[in-house]
Amino acid sequence: MIIAKNDLPGLLDKLMSEYEVYAPVKEGAYSLYKKIKSGSEACFGYVNSKIPPKGVLFPQSEKLFCYNMTGEGAKLEECIDSGKKVVFGIRPCDAKSLLLLDNVFNNDKFRDPYYLTRRENTLLVGMACLEPAGTCFCTSMGTGPFDKAGLDIMLTDIGDAYLVEPVSEKGGALAAGLGLSAAGEEQKAAAAKARDSAEVACRVNIEGLKARLDANFYDPIWERFHEKCLGCAACTYSCPTCHCFDIVDEAVDCNGCRVRNWDSCMFPLFTLHGSGHNPRPGGKERMRQRVMHKFKYFVDNFNATACVGCGRCIKNCPVNLDIREILADIQGEGRSDK
Amino acid sequence: MRMSKLAQAIRDAAKKLLEEKKVDLVVGFAKGSLPLRSTPCFIRKPEEAAALTWDYTCENNLANYLRKREGKVAVVAKGCDARSIVTLIQENQINRDNLYVIGVPCSGMIDRFKVEEAVDGREVLEVEDKGDALVLKGKGFAREVKLSDLCHDTCKVCRHGNPVIYDMLAGEPVPAKPEDTFADVAAFEALSPAERRAALAAEFSRCIRCYACRNACPMCYCTECFVDCSTPVWIKKTPDVDDNIMFQAGRVFHSAGRCADCGACDRACPMGINLRGMTRKMVKEVKELFGHEAGVSLDEKPALSEFKADDPQPFLVKE
Repeated sequence: MIIAKNDLPGLLDKLMSEYEVYAPVKEGAYSLYKKIKSGSEACFGYVNSKIPPKGVLFPQSEKLFCYNMTGEGAKLEECIDSGKKVVFGIRPCDAKSLLLLDNVFNNDKFRDPYYLTRRENTLLVGMACLEPAGTCFCTSMGTGPFDKAGLDIMLTDIGDAYLVEPVSEKGGALAAGLGLSAAGEEQKAAAAKARDSAEVACRVNIEGLKARLDANFYDPIWERFHEKCLGCAACTYSCPTCHCFDIVDEAVDCNGCRVRNWDSCMFPLFTLHGSGHNPRPGGKERMRQRVMHKFKYFVDNFNATACVGCGRCIKNCPVNLDIREILADIQGEGRSDK
Repeated sequence: MRMSKLAQAIRDAAKKLLEEKKVDLVVGFAKGSLPLRSTPCFIRKPEEAAALTWDYTCENNLANYLRKREGKVAVVAKGCDARSIVTLIQENQINRDNLYVIGVPCSGMIDRFKVEEAVDGREVLEVEDKGDALVLKGKGFAREVKLSDLCHDTCKVCRHGNPVIYDMLAGEPVPAKPEDTFADVAAFEALSPAERRAALAAEFSRCIRCYACRNACPMCYCTECFVDCSTPVWIKKTPDVDDNIMFQAGRVFHSAGRCADCGACDRACPMGINLRGMTRKMVKEVKELFGHEAGVSLDEKPALSEFKADDPQPFLVKE
């Protein structure tokens, strides 16, 4: 199927009558996924968004339930968001990250109704990456600019139109209802050509990385990595796979809500115990945790690496601490403390 | 002096200091992993000094890495870093006797958001330096932009490009600049309260509470930041506009008379929020009320550490 670029705002407007539509919106020099009010707000001329769209399914801050204490007792109201959503223009790396997050929120031990309800009601319309950034290393992380994994529909830019390819059954049903015209051979060929010309130049070698991390918890190598790190959350909050959270009650008098907020392993408060003891007292332990969680613990738990190579942590770091250099250093391929 | 010569002077100095064992560590900048980025680096061996560099991308305030250090440390300090160092010495966070300052006269740093805006959010893959202009190159574009158009707003009005303290100066002092008129702050002050509120809300609705601003600031070193305090909860964990503004306001009040207006917070913000709007309002207040500029002189007492019977108090009673 095919859709002309000129017709896209109209199509988004049509989708909005049935779905909450989240699409990249230009915010000054960068893009963010936002719930759009009009199809014309969406802007697809982006490499990747500043902050990943994981927040559509796992918001930075979400109310789990609200409570009200009265003379008769406590009244509870659960806040499950079951609105139908479409994330339009999600990059394949970000879609892949949601498959990874599924492991965390839906496994033998836990089923998270807040995330899973949203997940069930959300369609992912992907946008193939024809111009990956210099900081992209997705192909080293088991995904790639045209990876359809996790998507319901894939779009490919072919100049004045997008080639529309249904991927899942749900995506097929959605596409079928949009009244799109069929793609000609020429258009399919144009998409194939566009794909051939896209290149992810950056490679990160993670072969054998897990085995090294299994053995290097006490390695002096960790003494250096964190030295320039400021301990902020620019990396973790812009990471599509980071998923640690903190649950707090926010209440005034008898009315309150239990809220789940993103948390970051780079913060001192992250593992601070009630006793005052902190098992990760400094930058060294926190940096080690971030690397270990992505490239070892997640592999231990779910047999997958918790990184999709989107490069956001590299671009957003205020001191240019580059995860690629840290990984290369662990692999014995270079020094990261330059 | 050319940037490359400055960088060489820094390398030579660092190597010599380490060889002669005058310091155990040199904190400076190395070339970063991305175009127009440099990265803080920590040099402990003379042969590693070759990694040091200097140019208009050395945007971080290295005073941030100097508090409560063991041993003798040398630091590469531009004008604003040196001012923060002075304040940290005054606050007993740095022992002057154990610090060697390699001062670098600075003509200003590049604002990465201005670079992104200049190329409309496209990715810069290569940069050609033409002296007073840069050619920003990416896939299918090359855009020449004057260096002065990319200069960070903080640096444009900075009057202290030349470090106020140093043990050696790399390069020649930069020419003096006229007095800062705080035109940006005046424009904000001229707005109505409702307009000011709207302007702040527009900026701080983008805050993701990553605390990069706080952590990039050399003056933010409380053992427990008020935002992390749970008894009482000063601000909620949930990022909402009011609490985001409250966080910044708390930060700014806490750095009153201590903020060197270095812009490190503003440059660290991944969301490109104009943090200087607030920090500079305080800088202006302190200057106007107490005639104090943070970190300009070791001999001058910080504004909040000194009390004079005739201190102006227009905020208490009409004078």
